[in-house]
Amino acid sequence: MCLAIPGRILEITDREAMIGRVDVGGVSRSVNLLCVVDDEHPLDSCVGTWVLIHVGFAMQRVDEDEAQRTLALLRQMGESLGGSQLSRDADSPPLQNPRGEEK
Amino acid sequence: MKLVDEFRDPSLAGPIVREIKGLLDGMGRSGESPVKVMEVCGGHTHAIFKFGLEEMLPPGIELVHGPGCPVCVLPTGCIDDAIALAEQSRVILATFGDVVRVPGSVKSLLQARAEGADVRIVYAPTDALQIAIENPEREVVFFAIGFETTSPSTALTLLAAERAGIRNFTILCHHIVVVPAILALLDAPRMQLDGFLGPGHVSMVIGLAPYDVIARDRGKPFVVAGFEPLDVLQALHLVVKQLAEGRSEVENQYRRVVRQEGNPVAWGAVQKVFSATADREWRGLGIIPRSGLALRPEYAQFDALRRFDVPGERVADPKVCQCGEVLQGVLKPWECKVFGTACTPETPIGACMVSGEGACAAYFNYGRLTTARRLPIAGEKHG
Repeated sequence: MCLAIPGRILEITDREAMIGRVDVGGVSRSVNLLCVVDDEHPLDSCVGTWVLIHVGFAMQRVDEDEAQRTLALLRQMGESLGGSQLSRDADSPPLQNPRGEEK
Repeated sequence: MKLVDEFRDPSLAGPIVREIKGLLDGMGRSGESPVKVMEVCGGHTHAIFKFGLEEMLPPGIELVHGPGCPVCVLPTGCIDDAIALAEQSRVILATFGDVVRVPGSVKSLLQARAEGADVRIVYAPTDALQIAIENPEREVVFFAIGFETTSPSTALTLLAAERAGIRNFTILCHHIVVVPAILALLDAPRMQLDGFLGPGHVSMVIGLAPYDVIARDRGKPFVVAGFEPLDVLQALHLVVKQLAEGRSEVENQYRRVVRQEGNPVAWGAVQKVFSATADREWRGLGIIPRSGLALRPEYAQFDALRRFDVPGERVADPKVCQCGEVLQGVLKPWECKVFGTACTPETPIGACMVSGEGACAAYFNYGRLTTARRLPIAGEKHG
């Protein structure tokens, strides 16, 4: 229910109502941008920004630098344990692919 | 998909699991005395099952699936009220798709629709307002449910309705808040939790401060987590690390989305329209004080209960249903008497089977019964 999906703002379509067109995984959707606009982030600066969308509203900007920092921490953990036995030993079966595709 | 696939990289999962195992071994926690961590949010429950995370984890940690699925905790009486509204001839009742299948005491909203009630499924509350604008001769009631992630959209929709002077639009409000429910769980006598995975998308709205009472005052590590498999594993590592080091703090694993202060615009809209004063019934958990949002007097004209009569009765859950114990984490779904027999996603008796985020539906759909320390039915193997 609290599902929110990432999308990238393509353009502002209604300035007064703060509605924009957002690309969500290749599908274009009309999204209310009111919650991600403030003094530091005026409406026009939002184009190109990644946001999380929940029930038709962009609820938060996604901080791409923070995303990279989190991934770097995860990679660091892998390296410090040695890259030779990554994820494929008997203790820790690999993540299952939900779509059933072989990786 | 960008910002999703990176956090599903299988090669990064193994090292986190080994770190977790190392910490658990150091604490002497094994399958006999596992660390119990509750994932509060149904979105986490769903991710844990979808990606098979439980199977990856060492036996020294047990995940307890919490009550953070607003559809699952909708009480029967509340569904009955929504049906009573939908069955009034002038009313169009609009709500989210997963709400319409929740069983009331006699039927669900979907069954009421089959009998002629005008029930519309909407993707956003603004869609419900649009229906009101397009049908000025009808009364549109939006059945508003959800946690703090969802209540801002309802609040902003009401503010838009007020500005536009729309008079045929009201809400049946069952918005709830997370922290009072967690505190109620911690007070339950049979509960033995060591820490929490915090709800990432509720937190992107309310920020981190509201959880201090859990980490600081109740001494339970609380790590706000994202919803991809590596997010969940990293957050579990942070919880276990806190336990190993004897700390209990609020930590934020989901930094790319959750800011310390949350989203002041979104939460500000909620506080303008609602006050957090309503005692609310949660299916399976009973009445939790101050766990619900109520419209402020200035916005009372949007309260459907002022305009229409509804039964407004508390209805006990079906006797055979053990959703309450499942939601409290004292019973595993497959230990329920009717799990998978009388109660299935097609014919749900309890709410945990209705929503895809419910713990019972997750076990049923993904068949993760091999992790069961006791097998559900003798001789039956799932996998």
